Amino acid sequence: MIDWTGYIGLILDGALVTIQLTIMGSALALVMAFVAGLGRLSRFLAVRSLATAYIEFFRGTSIFVQLFWAYFVLPFLGITLTPLQAGVLALGLNVGAYGAEVVRGAIQSIGKEQYEACVALNLGRWQSMRHVILPQALLLMLPTFGNNVIELLKGTAVVSLISLSDLTFQAQVVRAQTGNTLVPFTTALLIYFALASLIGWGMRSLERRMARGLDGVRV
Amino acid sequence: MEWDWAFVWQIFPTMVEGAKITILATLLGSVLAAIVGLGIALARRSSNRVLSRSVGFAAEFIRGTPLLVQLYFIFYVLPDIGILLAPLVAGVIGLGLHYGTYTAEVYRAGIDNVPRGQWEAAKACNISARQTWVHIIIPQALPPMIPALANYFIAMFKETPLLSAITVLELMNQAKSVANSSYRYIEPITMVGAFFLAISLVAVFGLRWLERRYGHIEA
Repeated sequence: MIDWTGYIGLILDGALVTIQLTIMGSALALVMAFVAGLGRLSRFLAVRSLATAYIEFFRGTSIFVQLFWAYFVLPFLGITLTPLQAGVLALGLNVGAYGAEVVRGAIQSIGKEQYEACVALNLGRWQSMRHVILPQALLLMLPTFGNNVIELLKGTAVVSLISLSDLTFQAQVVRAQTGNTLVPFTTALLIYFALASLIGWGMRSLERRMARGLDGVRV
Repeated sequence: MEWDWAFVWQIFPTMVEGAKITILATLLGSVLAAIVGLGIALARRSSNRVLSRSVGFAAEFIRGTPLLVQLYFIFYVLPDIGILLAPLVAGVIGLGLHYGTYTAEVYRAGIDNVPRGQWEAAKACNISARQTWVHIIIPQALPPMIPALANYFIAMFKETPLLSAITVLELMNQAKSVANSSYRYIEPITMVGAFFLAISLVAVFGLRWLERRYGHIEA
């Protein structure tokens, strides 16, 4: 009979790394989503094409390949990253590209009359974005952002392949040490599902909170 | 380390071998995902509460956990209960199940989008349930689904490198074995990225065409 307490501890250590990666990756993704999403709507062609190239590149190639590129190829170009840095960089840039399309879609879905009202009130481009457009667009972005964070959480499993000791990696370690496959992988699946449900729940309550006071104003 | 074209041509045939497996896995996975998705969508519409609830929860669970861990589960845990699968078979089952839960949502939305009047008219014309599905509902529900389904198949294509983790000799695994034997990472991994980007860009153009062709039904 195997004493599972120590092994479960190992798996929980992995879960901590997964949570850490998810939070840091989401932070980078959020920044990139707004930078690239607003960049695609820029007045300047150069900014627009740069943002489009970034989005198409990161959406067009696999997260797995991006991660391997960041970890194995960048050192040859003189940039050496720890597995954690490579993981956060690849996940953040990848999910950020998906988020950028969400930002762009939400901003473009705000009615034309809102922009016209901003012009009529003599608000500058930055002011109308900051005070009129974004507060409305943010609410539209939230549900999709929630899905993106769950995708990012699931993407973190891939970093185990560049030797970062996340949940999946630790499950493999436990499998190698105990020879038992069912328990570690089932535990890992349950933890991932619990985390995904937690994110879904958190996003829904955030959405309710932000939608408060908007009843009757907009949908 | 410098980029070496001679090395690129030398490893090209090996990479093409890998690319074939990648494409094969995507095609088989797509077919399985299309079938599994239909099964899930129909089960969730079933009037049997137990069936629709349990299938709904299972789909939710599969969607909330990482594909990589599911692949490990299929490849390493199932042999314990006597189901021994070849790596490629395990990979295709993993891809098909995971993306089946996504395509199920596409089917559900497509079927729900057929106006209720069509169901009522079918009933009023005394058309049997089977005829209603085959001649009324599916012909109207299917075309708008096609771009969304194609979208998931592109997403699945980009996830196939994960199969390298369960020893399928697809493109990524060929690249890794080339890299490990020659100590050159820059060319093989970049070639994998270029291959995925090229196919994805072509696929995006195909998707745009599908959207124009099928995206909306004429009223």
